[in-house]
Amino acid sequence: MVRFDDVGLRYGSGPAPEVLRDVSFALPQGSFHWLLGPSGAGKSSILGLMHLALRPSRGEVEVLGQPLTRLRRGALPGLRRRIGVVYQDFRLLPHLTVFDNVALPMRIAGRAEAQLRADVAEMLRWTGLDGKAGALPATLSGGEQQRVALARAVVTRPALLVADEPTGNLDGAQARRVLALLREMHRLGTTVVVATHAEGLVAEHPAPALRMSEGRLVAHG
Amino acid sequence: MARPPRVRRSRGRDPLGLRRALSDRLLPALVAAMALLAALALAGAQGAAELTARWETGAAAAVTVQLPPGAASGGRLERALAALEALPEVAGARLMSEARMQALLRPWLGEAPAVALPLVIELRLAELPASPEALAEQIAAAVPGGVVESHGVWVARLVALARSLQAVALAALVLVAGIAAAVVAVAVRAGIAARRAAIALLHDMGATDADIAGRFAGRAGLLVGTGALLGTLLAAPVLAGFADLAAPLLGRVPAGSLAGLPWESVPWGALALLPLLGAALGWLTAQATVRRWLRRLP
Ligand SMILES: Nc1ncnc2c1ncn2[C@@H]1O[C@H](COP(=O)(O)OP(=O)(O)OP(=O)(O)O)[C@@H](O)[C@H]1O
Ligand SMILES: [Mg+2]
Repeated sequence: MVRFDDVGLRYGSGPAPEVLRDVSFALPQGSFHWLLGPSGAGKSSILGLMHLALRPSRGEVEVLGQPLTRLRRGALPGLRRRIGVVYQDFRLLPHLTVFDNVALPMRIAGRAEAQLRADVAEMLRWTGLDGKAGALPATLSGGEQQRVALARAVVTRPALLVADEPTGNLDGAQARRVLALLREMHRLGTTVVVATHAEGLVAEHPAPALRMSEGRLVAHG
Repeated sequence: MARPPRVRRSRGRDPLGLRRALSDRLLPALVAAMALLAALALAGAQGAAELTARWETGAAAAVTVQLPPGAASGGRLERALAALEALPEVAGARLMSEARMQALLRPWLGEAPAVALPLVIELRLAELPASPEALAEQIAAAVPGGVVESHGVWVARLVALARSLQAVALAALVLVAGIAAAVVAVAVRAGIAARRAAIALLHDMGATDADIAGRFAGRAGLLVGTGALLGTLLAAPVLAGFADLAAPLLGRVPAGSLAGLPWESVPWGALALLPLLGAALGWLTAQATVRRWLRRLP
């Protein structure tokens, strides 16, 4: 489902140092994994590679059974549509309503308006945002924005869901709620990877973990 | 189910917020000005072409030499032709055929003129002389008893002038199109810069380059097409006015009043093409600009 083989990553060109070095692991389909490590360890970089926002400088990344080095650029959009992403900084579009933000991946995938309406409404209900469909992101609390980001990531029922610090800005109750939603996606069959600092939350939800330190994978399991 | 308000829902079709990032003010206004220039250049080119066509017949025989009707006998004509051919300024000399002369004279003399017609020798010149009068004297000296007519030289000069005007107008047209493309490219690049984050997000979600470039191109095509239409509409009365000024040159009577302007001589067909060509230019330029920029994304 997701495989890294001796992956190295450096940002930009030239003699920049590698921020990821010799990272190798495999995540089976339908698994749930934590991605742990101190700030700057390379968690977001790993997730960026997983959702095809970055290309490895070295090694092979295989996502949804597709080895990236052998894919044409034109094949990437189709693959990206099967991956849901919750960004560390949400990345909601400020000029779109909650409804339109959540509908965005479906519109990009070319789903008919009549069809996507019901799916988006269901996703808003699922994340407890029913009353906020017409609101602009700027008028929402941090927790609500986080849930919009989550609803947008899962509305297309992706095969792979990556979440970067999805509870970063939330209090305990809000964080638990978001995590419950992520675990439910896992229960429904999605492969889920969640990067976090929140060791307390990890303790509450034991699951296999990838542990990073200074760009290297130091523990897996 | 909570239904978002209508206006906002329709914005969902514009996730990049291009209605603001490519605003409907500056670009159409600039394009309108350029379309006005293009329309003027276009009409200039067409007008010059019309004048050229009209004058060309007059210029065909820049210089003619007339000999009295009896000159055909006694070898006088042959001597004159040989003398003329010998002049370095003359590229060719030939007798105007009777049929052509009759055709030229028909309006004045009718079908079968009773009078004896003079012999007319048409000269093709190697190049237009600096002083037609001096050339006329030279020719008169070469052909004793011949009457030299060199007004055609002036007409030929006007034709050359009209031709170069036509070339200049077409060059201006090309230049305007180039500037318009540059303006669109700059506006699109500014739009990309303003929406960089949203573009990256759509790209990450699996939007194709064609999808993203298509959104910019649709918007740019609409704005440029609208601007070009506006400029073209502004140009029409100006062109009708010019056509009125040029009327005497084309053997028409100037109108002098707005309603009487020669609207039929405005090149409507070419003008109608301007907004379409403008829209196409905007669309293509935006496509190229955005696709080029998108190549930097993984
Ligand atoms: N766009 C970038 N350009 C250059 N260097 C970058 C870029 N993004 C991250 N880095 C560097 O890569 C390294 C790993 O960053 P990354 O964001 O993957 O860490 P992280 O584990 O997600 O940290 P955090 O927990 O703070 O989010 C850091 O040293 C960071 O400075
Ligand atoms: Mg991070």
